[in-house]
Amino acid sequence: MSYRIKGNTGEWEVVIGLEVHAQVISNSKLFSGAATAFGAEPNHQVSLVDAAMPGMLPVLNKEVVAQGVRTGLGLRAKINMKSVFERKNYFYADLPQGYQISQFLEPIVGEGIITLDLDGGETRDVGIERMHLEQDAGKSIHDQHPTQSYIDLNRSGVALMEIVSRPDLRSPEEAGAYLRKLRSILRYLGTCDGNMDEGSMRADVNVSVRKPGEELGTRTETKNVNSIRFVQQSIEFEAKRQIKLIEDGEKIVQETRLFDPSTGTTRSMRSKEEAHDYRYFPDPDLLPLVLDPAWVEEIKKTIPELPDEKKARFIKDFGLSAYDAGILVADRDRAAFYEAVAEGRDAKLAANWVMGDYFGALNKSGLSLDASPVTAQQLGGLIGLISDDTISGRTAKEVFEAMWESGKDADVIVEEKGLKQISDTSAIEAAIDEIIANNPGQVEGYKGGNERLIGWFVGQTMKATGGKANPGMVNALLKKKLAE
Amino acid sequence: MSNLTHLTIADALAGMEKGDFTARELTEAHVKAVEETRGLNAYIVETPEIALKQADASDKRRASGEAGVMEGIPIAMKDLFCTEGTQTTAASHILEGFVPTYESTVSGNLWNAGAVMLGKSNLDQFAMGSANITSHFGNVINPWQREGSSAELTPGGSSGGSAATVAARAAMAATGTDTGGSIRQPAAFSGIVGLKPTYGRCSRWGVIAFASSLDQAGPMTRSVRDAAIMLEAMAGYDAKDSTSVNLPVPRYQDALTGDIRGLKVGIPREYRIDGTPVEIEKAWEQGIEWLRAAGAEPVEISLPHTKYALPTYYIIAPAECSSNLARYDGVRYGQRVEGRSLDDMYENTRAAGFGDEVKRRILIGTYVLSAGYYDAYYNKARQVRTLIANDFKKAYESVDVILTPTAPSPAFGIGEKMDDPIAMYLNDVFTVPASLAGLPGISIPSGLSSEGTPLGLQLLGRAFDEETLLRVAGVMEQAAGFSALPQLIAGGK
Repeated sequence: MSYRIKGNTGEWEVVIGLEVHAQVISNSKLFSGAATAFGAEPNHQVSLVDAAMPGMLPVLNKEVVAQGVRTGLGLRAKINMKSVFERKNYFYADLPQGYQISQFLEPIVGEGIITLDLDGGETRDVGIERMHLEQDAGKSIHDQHPTQSYIDLNRSGVALMEIVSRPDLRSPEEAGAYLRKLRSILRYLGTCDGNMDEGSMRADVNVSVRKPGEELGTRTETKNVNSIRFVQQSIEFEAKRQIKLIEDGEKIVQETRLFDPSTGTTRSMRSKEEAHDYRYFPDPDLLPLVLDPAWVEEIKKTIPELPDEKKARFIKDFGLSAYDAGILVADRDRAAFYEAVAEGRDAKLAANWVMGDYFGALNKSGLSLDASPVTAQQLGGLIGLISDDTISGRTAKEVFEAMWESGKDADVIVEEKGLKQISDTSAIEAAIDEIIANNPGQVEGYKGGNERLIGWFVGQTMKATGGKANPGMVNALLKKKLAE
Repeated sequence: MSNLTHLTIADALAGMEKGDFTARELTEAHVKAVEETRGLNAYIVETPEIALKQADASDKRRASGEAGVMEGIPIAMKDLFCTEGTQTTAASHILEGFVPTYESTVSGNLWNAGAVMLGKSNLDQFAMGSANITSHFGNVINPWQREGSSAELTPGGSSGGSAATVAARAAMAATGTDTGGSIRQPAAFSGIVGLKPTYGRCSRWGVIAFASSLDQAGPMTRSVRDAAIMLEAMAGYDAKDSTSVNLPVPRYQDALTGDIRGLKVGIPREYRIDGTPVEIEKAWEQGIEWLRAAGAEPVEISLPHTKYALPTYYIIAPAECSSNLARYDGVRYGQRVEGRSLDDMYENTRAAGFGDEVKRRILIGTYVLSAGYYDAYYNKARQVRTLIANDFKKAYESVDVILTPTAPSPAFGIGEKMDDPIAMYLNDVFTVPASLAGLPGISIPSGLSSEGTPLGLQLLGRAFDEETLLRVAGVMEQAAGFSALPQLIAGGK
């Protein structure tokens, strides 16, 4: 169902394109040997190059290029064997060189595709226009002194990938799905940690509105939005603002805007007329980047199975629904966890347990997968006990809780607590016989046509067996005995 | 030992090796010569203490048999090379007081080879100029004077301080940098040898950038052999400069065989420019004859895009400089003039910190890179640059070297051509094409003008074929037998 906004003049369609800045995972910066770790003391990870001292020259970091190629391959995109670094010139206090080294006319990665996983297991392909490598700027800190600003250059020169989508997105939900999927792919590839709260992924959001089927409208660009929720809020606000303007007979101004998270609104930063003239030109300190096809092939071999392929395999091999498979593959570690649980067991039952109780417990305790008290092997053991009728599904929940508390294996807990299911016919029959003998009134009622009383008998039997009787057998035996 | 300052590097190395004198003695003589020639304003900073310390260390190395290629040779370091612990300014106010914590690769190579630093030589501000009149620290005076006149002449630029101090026998050699002629033209004006190597031969790391795709460091000496010795010490691959080329550094002296028989020498038709003084033309003819007499074969060639070189250069170099000089913003180092806002501070700092010529080039460069003008200027200039490089490529299919005048005039007076930047830019007309093509060039003193001032001839070579260039230059030097001395000289004439 397409997303439409109702205005006074009818329904409007929203057209969205995203430019995502993703910090490349690498030990050192794009053009210098300085470290890149998050959270260091201000100005403690700054080389002479990053501070743009006189006479300093950039030297391209090969590992970052490999990460760029890896990302391009993961986005099913064209790898440009020749690309060019250019200078984007502007003055700002946290931009020491007075220019950012970026790629402009000839980026390292060309067109690609991201497949969105939408609600209900639907998918939709969104075009990637390009991806290029560039330097990050430093950080200006304005709130430490009444009249002066402080500059932290730790981030100056850190490698970013700018991933530009086509204007193919049509709703805040799709924008969210796009960002989640992109983040998932980057994490699978190990090229960006995707931590938006640490600033390692940020989005510039391009929004325009139009009546369905009409030409594209004038767009605005909201800069540096740093969470998926904020991206969605900014789209919603921006679309409604634009619709109101147009319906009031005004024109949309092509401009750069800022998102204010405290109010969920955007405001103008600068218009097209005030836009910088960045005077891009090829950086004469750097040669064009020419890739060796054999090297690219080598990188290709290191690309792991990505979410889309994994999802297809889960559907095919494990018989999962597209929706379940989509949820399980979104995170590489979680997908691996699921596979370890499902290995040699009832895959659907495993999926239910992993997505239900297990992830629920993780979320509730705020633990990460590797800090979880219950390993994949242990959860697998529990599922094995359900499958071979050692315990019932209901008992399993109790066992799982105990496992989470103690970290013990399922069979140990079942043994300790005596939770083993009674599947011995004679023991269950004895209990049923006693209940039938002691409750002639209920037996009368049932036989007289009140079949709902079967539930009461089941309850009594379970109670008599301490909840350990195999529910399937209890049902079958009760029906047989009551019919006698 | 009164003549120590008149020795060539080659002779001085031999003298120290024989034990005739020490590096300390050689250095002391030059420290004194630097003091005596202070009137030339060739240095922004003199470093006699460093020089003497280095000389003592050099004598120890020589004694223990570890002498380098430039062991104990006192030189001037153009103040465009960052020197650890010694103020480095690019002759600008904006960097006044800036003391690097690092050493440029080329200066480091020279110290490793045993060279001794007499001081940081004056230059045109940020190497922008052809007369050494744009320095924040005052103009440099050419030790040469016109016959019968004491009018002050320019030493050329931008490596004017380097040229002047070498010509005045105050330094045995000096480093220069050449972007459009900044080694070759002052060498010609000052009667010395100046070699601009192939782009990529010497590392640019730690050299304050003017125009990154053109800047190249090289030696300024009083003989071709000295240039060969010094280039060997300066050159080499540097992983810190992505445009540095990974080729072995030969022992350039070995190229000076004196034998150029059978070599073809290109004489480019397009370098015969209307208005060139007759004596320049004559010097050129003389050079052709010397080479012919030595067994080389002069061949007339065409470099058809020559006339576009100067305008192309004056688009590309300012474009790159406008970006390269953006880092001098008052935020992290150098001068800062406070303002009410960040933009104010930028404007105040850069207005006070940069000289007029630097500002002019930043403005030109900003303009040619601007949206709407980029294709007409910068992009067009890049295309023409390729055509110019192709001209040379084609020419070198049939010739081994090219011979031209170095500059269209001998040294002119300080104050002349000052009000017309275009006339000033014309100084580079013969040097700029090879710069755009990244090719090596050398200027050799060929004789004196009618005014009694030096004239230079330029030889251009194939990329990374400095050896052939030096071989031919050596033969021409011999033929020219240039031995005249300038008027303003250490110890007097």
